[in-house]
Order: sequence, then structure tokens, then C-alpha cells
Amino acid sequence: MDFFLSRYRHLTVLLVVITAQLVLIAYQVKTNNDIPLIRVWAVTAVTPVEQGLELVRHYTWGFVEDYFVLLGVRSQNEKLQRENGQLKIENNYLKSELSTADRARALSVFEARSPSKTVAARVIGNGTGANSKVVFVDRGSTSGVESGMAVVTPDGIVGKVVDAYPTSSLVMLITDPTFAAGVVSQKNRVHGTLKGLGHAECLVDYVQNEEHVDIGEWFYTSGDDRIFPKGFPVGQVTAAPNGKTFKEIYLAPSGMQGGVEEVLIVLQGVHQEIPGAEIASPAYTILPAPKDAAAQTPEGAPQPGALATDADRLRAIYKEVGVEEKHTYGEGPPGSKPPDFTKIPSIHGVPPPSAGQPSPRPSTAAAPARQTQPVPLPPNQAQPNQAQPNQAKTVRPNSPAPAIAKPKPLPSPSENDNDDEPASGTPAQPAAPAARKSAPSFPMRPRLPAGSSSPNSTPVTNPAPAPSPAPASNQ
Amino acid sequence: MTEYTERLLTETPRKGAADRFRIVWLVVIPLVAVLSQVYVPRFIPFLAYLELPLLITVHFALSRGGPIPALFYGMFIGLVQDSLSHQPIGMYGIVKTLVGYFAASVSMRFDVQNPVVTFVLGFFFYFFHQFFYWVLSRALLGETLGFDAQQTLVFGLLNAAVALPLFRLLDKLRVAS
Repeated sequence: MDFFLSRYRHLTVLLVVITAQLVLIAYQVKTNNDIPLIRVWAVTAVTPVEQGLELVRHYTWGFVEDYFVLLGVRSQNEKLQRENGQLKIENNYLKSELSTADRARALSVFEARSPSKTVAARVIGNGTGANSKVVFVDRGSTSGVESGMAVVTPDGIVGKVVDAYPTSSLVMLITDPTFAAGVVSQKNRVHGTLKGLGHAECLVDYVQNEEHVDIGEWFYTSGDDRIFPKGFPVGQVTAAPNGKTFKEIYLAPSGMQGGVEEVLIVLQGVHQEIPGAEIASPAYTILPAPKDAAAQTPEGAPQPGALATDADRLRAIYKEVGVEEKHTYGEGPPGSKPPDFTKIPSIHGVPPPSAGQPSPRPSTAAAPARQTQPVPLPPNQAQPNQAQPNQAKTVRPNSPAPAIAKPKPLPSPSENDNDDEPASGTPAQPAAPAARKSAPSFPMRPRLPAGSSSPNSTPVTNPAPAPSPAPASNQ
Repeated sequence: MTEYTERLLTETPRKGAADRFRIVWLVVIPLVAVLSQVYVPRFIPFLAYLELPLLITVHFALSRGGPIPALFYGMFIGLVQDSLSHQPIGMYGIVKTLVGYFAASVSMRFDVQNPVVTFVLGFFFYFFHQFFYWVLSRALLGETLGFDAQQTLVFGLLNAAVALPLFRLLDKLRVAS
């Protein structure tokens, strides 16, 4: 045995070692257990070195790596800066395109909804002079533009045309120091004159210190200047301190917020109502289109089957009296006995003279004194639907110029409100719907035949007991 | 038998048994080899096929001249490898024990300082290591691993090529006793 071990010592050791490891493997496989001791030793011996290596690598190789990375940073930075600049330019261009599209859409919507006839124009240049606030637009006299026309945007007024050339026009902005326009505040209806100051803000002048104007209150065009139709937004009050005589009301013009690019030139303006309540976006606050009935029926004319105005009722009453007394208005020689007008009832509720006769009068008991001296009217004027357009001109010969006639001064809103007929020269389109809409709130004049009375005579105040000769001539 | 052949068979083991490693190198070198096997492939996955612990075992066996130290050295390195693997402890241990023993036995008969002999031994023991590990896995653990002989041959050549400079480097760490 000793001989065997000494002769085959190496082989014996090998077999022992191999056998031991085989037993070790067999134990692990059979029991499905690990030998943690050996693993813990090995891991404990290896992993700290591994951690150290990782740390060294991080601070050495990472540093070297960063160095090589930094070598290309300069060129990469320059390249990125160039790309960034190109992207900025592209972004600004796209933003500009998008903004242009938005403005064009707003303009088209505003143009479609506004009762005024407008033409879109684009600002193509500025005027010379450091303080002048004028711009050139690409619409001129060939497009119907004339001097004195208003220039607006959906956000508010912009200026007015001061010179019209064939293919372009010169527009004075509302910020120009020489600009002026009539404005009225939204809440308190304070009237004033808008003046440019040469910078971004405008001043509303000639407002008494006693007037009340709130910060943030909107001002609208009043139409008094005959250039801007009533009801266009102007701007919001930024400050309103009291001055020596007048308030110093400063406005931030709403039509020039963000610059002026696309505008609308008002070819034929129509006054609109000023919104009464607070508005979220005045740019799109446009009065609704006039009703078809209002557009087709002459203003002030009573509807069939109804006597809408006192004048119509008076006319019906006088007609009844003439029928009862068998009197034909306009006939009979001078000095003949007139009808007995002492028994006519009041237009406000006195029962009709005869119970069997139908009466359109309301049953209220009030009897104003002005009805005690009525003016007899021709019977044919009692028919409400017989519109006589040419008579309106003769009724008010002293009325101001038509709404949009050449030259351009617009009728004042008050005149328009009291008109019972559209002024001649007013566009045949749904023109003056706002004026018509507001008209019924004012007392209306009765329709008179052409040449029936002097311009200064009014039917309700004329004390003449006898019918005037004019109706007679008419009949 | 030619003179060259005689010299291959009669030369003393690698640079003579008089040169020995310092004790610290005996620990550090296999540790570095194992570390390189578990750490370097994180960054260079291809180097996972570089079996440095095997080459260290072969070099130690060829240089020490004794089968018993070589087989224990191989067992030690193999067990460390097993500890860092998910296999039962002893698989690499058995294989490297055999490699150490046979390498030490071969070193008694060949001039292991000859580069050709070193290359051939490196290739042979790599193939032997892989094949025997595959046999043990199938026999002892019942694993159905495939053995790609062609790939093993290629990687054997690569490991043999690495063994030439590595053995030169390790020879420089030895000191004359």
C-alpha cells in the first residue's frame, strides 16, 4: 500500500481531489442546497475589488471619456446654435403665418357679420416722419376707398383714410396726434373726443370732471364725427384722473393691440347699438341682423291691423270724424264750416263715439293735452301700408346728408334714430338695421303727403283747425 | 529523433524550477483573472470567451513543475469561478483540477518555453476544458447543453494566441529563488 501510494502519489491525490469535488457536487444536487461558505468567501474577496475597479474606472475612464466628449462639444455647440437659429426663424415664420391666418379669419367673420359694407386691406408700409402715425394700405380708389372713410378691425377702430390713391390709401391711425373721433363710454354713456397722443395710448378729451368713468370701462364710437359708425369698440380706460377742467381719460386702443396688419375700410357705415353690458370680447360683439319684417316694412309704418303710433291713431280718429260728418278733407271753399272736432275722443282710451263702430284705440284713460288741437289728415294717409318713399324727402328737407353719401359724413346717430324712413343714398342692403331697430323707441312723425306742410310744421303741434291746403292739392 | 525534438522532450520545465512566484502573485494573479472574466465582459462582451483563469492555471502548472501543486491551484481557481457562478460548486473545480494535473504532467516532458508548444498546449487545454465541462454538465447535472466544436476550436485558437504574450508577462513576475 505504501509502495502504491508513493509510486502513484500524484494520481492518488488527483483522485482524492476529484472525488471530493464529485461528492460536493452530488451533495448540492441531491439536497438542492448550496454551500454558502465558499460562495461568501469568494464573493467577499472579489466584489470589493470589483467595486474599487468600478470606482477607478468611473473616475478615470469617465474623465477620459468626458475629455474626448468635450473635444467635440464646441463644434457640436456651434452646429446646434445654427440649427437653433434656423428653427427660431422657422418658428417665427410659422407663428406669423398662423397669426395672419387667424386675423384673416377674424376679419372675414367680422366682415360677414357687420352690417357695414367694408373692404379688407393690408398694411403695406408706414408713412414718413418720426411722429406721424400713418400707414399705407393696399386698397385705393379703384376699390371704392375714399378720403374720410373709417378703418377698423374686429378689435376696434384703427384710423381713417386721409388720402386715397388708385391702388393704395394713406390711413391716419388713431394714435396720430392730429386724430380725433367722437366716442362714448359703454357703462355711463359719457361722450368725449378721442385724440391721439403720438404713442400707444389715446386721450378722451372734453369730459367733465363730474362725469364718472371707471378704469377698464370700454369706449365706443359715438358716430358724432360722421366718420366712424356708432358702436365700434375703441379701447379700454387705463387711467382717468381729473384735470383742470376736463378729465384726462387715457385709453388703450383695442384695434391696435399687437400691431396693425389687416384692416377693414368701411365703405358704407351703419350705426350699431353700443353693447350695454360688459362684454368679453368686443371684437365680435355685433348686433344681430335686422329682422326681415323690419327690413321690408318702412320704418314707422304701422303693421296691418294695428295702429302703432299716436299719429296713426289720430289719423284714424279724424278719418272717423270725417266719415261721420260726411266731410271730405281737402274739399269745401275757404270759410265753409269745418267738421266738429270738439267731440273727438282721446287717442288713449276714450270710447269711440259710436258703439257700433270699431275702434282701434286702446282703452286707457289718459288724454294728453297735445291731442286737443290735432291736425286733420287726408283719409288715404290712414292706410298704413301705403308707403310713399318720395314723401320722406319732403317731410324733412332740413335733415342732414344721407348716411354714406359723398363726401362721407355719416348721419348722426340721433338723426338716424329719429328718421322714420331710410335716408336716400343709404345702401339698399340691410342698411341701417341698427337705426331701424332703435327707431321705435322714439316718437314717430305721421306720414304726410308731399308738400303738405312746411318743413318746420309738425302735425301734432299745428293748431290750425281747418285742414291745410296741401292735402287738398294732393287729392 | 532530431536534436530539436530531443531538446523539446529533455529541456527542463519552464525556465527551470528555480524561479518561483511570490506568494502575493499567487493570490493576486488568479483573482485578477477571475475579476477580468466577470468584469471586463460588461464593456466588451466578446471577451467573455477569454478564459483567463484557465490560462493562469496552465501557466502555473507548466511553471511549477509539480502535478500536485498544480492540481490544487487549478482546484482553487475553479472553486472561485464556481462561487461566482450559478452552478453547483465543483464543476469548474474538477475541470481545472484535471487541467492543472495534466498540464503539470506535460511540462515534465516538453520544452514549454517554446512558443509553438505553448500555443499548442493553450489550444489543447482550452478545448479539453470546454469539452470536459460540457461532459460534466450533462453527466452530473443533466443539462442538455450543446457543444459547438467549431466555435470551441476558434475560441481555442484565440485563447492560445492570448496565452503567448500572457505567459511572457507572467514569466517576468517570477523571481529567482
